[in-house]
Amino acid sequence: MSLSVKHLLGIRDLERQDIELVFQTADQFKEVLQRPIKKVPTLRDTTIVNVFFENSTRTRISFELAEKRLGADVVNFSASGSSVSKGETLIDTVNNILSMKVDMVVMRHSASGAPHFLSKHIQAPIVNAGDGINEHPTQALLDAFSIREKLGSVTGKKVAICGDIMHSRVALSNIYCLKKLGAEVTVVGPPTLIPKHLEKALGVNVTYNIREALAWADVANVLRIQLERQNTPLFSSLREYSLAYGVNRRLLDSLQKDIVIMHPGPINRGVELSSDVADSGQSIILNQVENGVAIRMAVLYLLAGGKKMNTE
Amino acid sequence: MKTILNGTQLAITIDRLCHQLIETHLHFEHTVLIGLQPRGIYLSDRIHHTLQKLLPGTPIPYGKLDITFYRDDFNKGAALHVPSETDINFSIENKRVVLIDDVLYTGRTIRSALDAMLDFGRPATVELLVLIDRRFTRQLPIQPDYTGRTIDAIISEKVRVLWQERDGKDEVIILE
Repeated sequence: MSLSVKHLLGIRDLERQDIELVFQTADQFKEVLQRPIKKVPTLRDTTIVNVFFENSTRTRISFELAEKRLGADVVNFSASGSSVSKGETLIDTVNNILSMKVDMVVMRHSASGAPHFLSKHIQAPIVNAGDGINEHPTQALLDAFSIREKLGSVTGKKVAICGDIMHSRVALSNIYCLKKLGAEVTVVGPPTLIPKHLEKALGVNVTYNIREALAWADVANVLRIQLERQNTPLFSSLREYSLAYGVNRRLLDSLQKDIVIMHPGPINRGVELSSDVADSGQSIILNQVENGVAIRMAVLYLLAGGKKMNTE
Repeated sequence: MKTILNGTQLAITIDRLCHQLIETHLHFEHTVLIGLQPRGIYLSDRIHHTLQKLLPGTPIPYGKLDITFYRDDFNKGAALHVPSETDINFSIENKRVVLIDDVLYTGRTIRSALDAMLDFGRPATVELLVLIDRRFTRQLPIQPDYTGRTIDAIISEKVRVLWQERDGKDEVIILE
């Protein structure tokens, strides 16, 4: 058994069986992470480079831990302070790194499609750690894995994705992943932050009313407002956004049921999510982070073992 | 196809292996059983069950170990293996471990298992119990301490252990 893809560029390219294989493998890595020695020697002959052209805390640490716990050698690269500022191209940068006998690339880039472009020019498997406003596949996998862990299954569950859908790669990857696993998805947010024709294009429900969406949902995945990607203001103020779309205790209490609260991080406390909700028993935000390491170990394991690497 | 052990013989063999274990380990005070995933656990389930019947009132710690992440053929052209569950909820530090697998062939699985076990502690001793020992096929210096049946089979032949729980009947066969 192996994945149907050579790179993990997006959930869009995956089959349902691929996602289930990742989960099945991640289940066992979760067990490894509970052991006194949280490390296996599987990738000890593999070197992985984490190429980050964009800031990251969770994803980068999570990938690095996953790599180290698989026994791989790890090199980190961030664009700031590198020769990128001297004008080196993406392909040159990565090819130079690969010529130092690096076997796999984990890349985050602010341009949508950057890893897809790179995959046409290099041999090594690439894991997309987030590209612009396109996809963040490992986040979607760990989100769905966390729902499966909390609710027993993803199939048939109702998931509301709340907030900045327009600029969120997490939203797009989550929609693909959840739909492939047979969940129902509603996206909710201000009209200016939800792309048009989303219902037809991706088969999701769209609403502009957060209470309606949460009353329907089993799970709410609350997204961060991505101010850094908004060139023109799409709502009047953070305070107004928070009043209309913020998930807070009062809103949740009015639902008469306990829904699961998720957030991919980093949280803007008091904007899209209030602190008392983020830190409540309903929240599985830290479980998401914990599962991220196991999911990334599974992805790296499956891609590394899918074929012979470093063909030189 | 040739039958090596039928259902009755298999039951007798498992009983004998259990008595041999009791002979060595007597009260099982410091002994733990570890079955190897995925195929060895059917045997280790039986052994554990039988021992608990023979020694009522003596709880014997029993775990299952998956060696997928410790294989020496990862990324060496072999098919990718999907891991099975590892379930060892006790420490093996200073314990007398009995590793249990169905067929001993090249010995590489056992080598991986020895590696994997170190991540759970340093056992006092490790013994190996197998149902079938294929002679003259070893690639590593590994030998069993308890053997159900020793057979000679050429490389092209496959030994299959069938279990009631999974295959509908108990039997050990050789396939050409």
